[in-house]
Amino acid sequence: MNEEQAINGRLQMQKEEDYEAAELAPPAARPSAPTHESMGEEATGKASRDRKLYSGSAARRRSRNIRSRLAYSLCALSTVIATVPLLLILFYVIYQGAGALNLSFLTDLPKPVGESGGGMGNAIVGSLILIGIAAVIGVPFGVLAGTQLAEYRSPRLSWVVRLLSDILSGVPSIIVGIFVYTLLVLTFKQFSAIAGGVALGILMLPTVARTTEEMMRMVPDSLREASLALGIPRWRTITSVVIKTAAGGIMTGVMLATARIAGETAPLLFTALNSRTWPTGLDKPIASLPVQIYTYAISPFDAWHKQAWAGSLVLVLIVLFLSIGSKLYFGRRMKRAT
Amino acid sequence: MKGSLISSFKSIASGMGILSRGANPLRRLGDSVFAFVVFLAAFAVIILMALMVYELVRQSLPSIEQFGVRFLISREWDPINNVYGALPYIYGTIVSSLLALLMSVPLSLGIAIFLSQFAPRWLRAPLGMLVDLLAAIPSVVYGLWGIFVLAPFLGKTVEPFLADHLGGIPVFRGPAYGIGLFAASVVLAIMITPTISAISREVMANVSRDQKEAAQALGATPWETVRMSVLPLARPGIIGAVILGLGRALGETMAVTMLIGNVRQLNVSIFAPAYSIASVIANEFAEVTEGPHMAALIEMALILLFITLLLNLLARLLVQRTGSRAARVKGRP
Repeated sequence: MNEEQAINGRLQMQKEEDYEAAELAPPAARPSAPTHESMGEEATGKASRDRKLYSGSAARRRSRNIRSRLAYSLCALSTVIATVPLLLILFYVIYQGAGALNLSFLTDLPKPVGESGGGMGNAIVGSLILIGIAAVIGVPFGVLAGTQLAEYRSPRLSWVVRLLSDILSGVPSIIVGIFVYTLLVLTFKQFSAIAGGVALGILMLPTVARTTEEMMRMVPDSLREASLALGIPRWRTITSVVIKTAAGGIMTGVMLATARIAGETAPLLFTALNSRTWPTGLDKPIASLPVQIYTYAISPFDAWHKQAWAGSLVLVLIVLFLSIGSKLYFGRRMKRAT
Repeated sequence: MKGSLISSFKSIASGMGILSRGANPLRRLGDSVFAFVVFLAAFAVIILMALMVYELVRQSLPSIEQFGVRFLISREWDPINNVYGALPYIYGTIVSSLLALLMSVPLSLGIAIFLSQFAPRWLRAPLGMLVDLLAAIPSVVYGLWGIFVLAPFLGKTVEPFLADHLGGIPVFRGPAYGIGLFAASVVLAIMITPTISAISREVMANVSRDQKEAAQALGATPWETVRMSVLPLARPGIIGAVILGLGRALGETMAVTMLIGNVRQLNVSIFAPAYSIASVIANEFAEVTEGPHMAALIEMALILLFITLLLNLLARLLVQRTGSRAARVKGRP
């Protein structure tokens, strides 16, 4: 029993797992993986590079195995390293934020520098309003655009729309902010909640459109055919059969998109601006949680830094709840579907 | 009795539209109205992109006409005399993003290889989700954490260490402020790691099993299998993933603004404070109202938009091509 057999065994196991995953039986006709020794004997006629690879000495074989293990460890290590910042950030946000978080933080207006207490009540409400406006714009447009991509096969338009919505999701959010600024703020000469909501809505659009498309494609054609065969018009088939079946998946897409925009700061800086009072109207500047965190974080005051941590805790909780929730929900649905 | 049954069936059927196929204009109207609405929504995406480019070009025309190419290579930025040059911002943006790539790419590829090839099956989904969660954390929270935790740590520990051991290279010389180009790059590296690793992971997972089995049958070790059959086939997709990561890094605003130091200078040392395109827009845009200053800021946004559009286009095409090639090699749907 040596290392080599162990490796071969592992390869074999890996292969069996692969077959299991694909629900395929390993083809009986396929010869089983030859061992290094037999390969070495059979490979006599092969090029010298091959011979070097297969009939190497024991030392060479060992060094290949060591190299393989080294690569394995390095890859595992990078995965561990990547999770370190996540845990650190979560730790600090909870550690620093929990101390400053209390009921009045969630319900009070911010206090001027020097006065103790105060909270981000208006910013939390403002964020909810902005997300609401964004959803009113982003969700219907996204779902309809996704419907076009999935249900109406017009290859050229779909290709362009798909590519553009992918590209749109890569456009820096601050540029969307400038775009909405020139479009709405300059036109109406007023920073407003509407402008902020529109910017966030544009950012939501590609995510919602692409998940809607993917979810609707997963609806089996037999359902569409059954509905059409009953004489139900196509648009009713799409709205009451296809969209209804895909609704759960579309919902997860909307949640993911919401999680993405809930923490967006840059596009709000010069659309929704900020405010230190409760929201008074959709045509007025409005406070939001991320902008408030930013303002407090770069301020020189310790009390404000504490508030920024507390605000971050609230924001991270909202965002993680939305993204983990949607992933778990979606994972469960996928399992049930297969 | 029988007749009434048939007639009632007929009325139900016609109510459902079964017997009036093609004859009911209202029905066809519903279909075409819906198709039109759906078409409009899809078309809106195209209009939106076109409008975005148009607006930014229109608003930055004064600056483009006045400064021309000088805008890209001049270091001057003088709102009082209205002379604008973007070089320090372009420099900061590019250097911070490239440094971030340098740190993030090896890490991301390690993660992608581990999660798509090496890790035990039961571990893949939870670990992948943990890495993906890095993308969920808002950039303003990264910035806050960066200011109060990461930058002091870098300034006190990592930067002096690098200066001591690698100080021969001018890049690592200079006072360790903590806040600066290096801190911004580290946070950017953390932020783009989930993007790069998630896409490369998907591309690697899509490499056909036949290719891997061929390598395994030749007696390749797990690492040799990855190197000989997975990486070459996945290469265009991996490059695409890296380009997408670069696009994200170039446009990232809040975390960079909070960490890069916002000093308009060209300094060889990566520990020195710098400035970036997105940061100067975030800092100055809300305060300007009109005129050349705003045009100059919007021209920088336009430059950023064009670069990210180009990078994204390239990346998507590469990832798409890898996907279709992998499917072709696989030979089954």
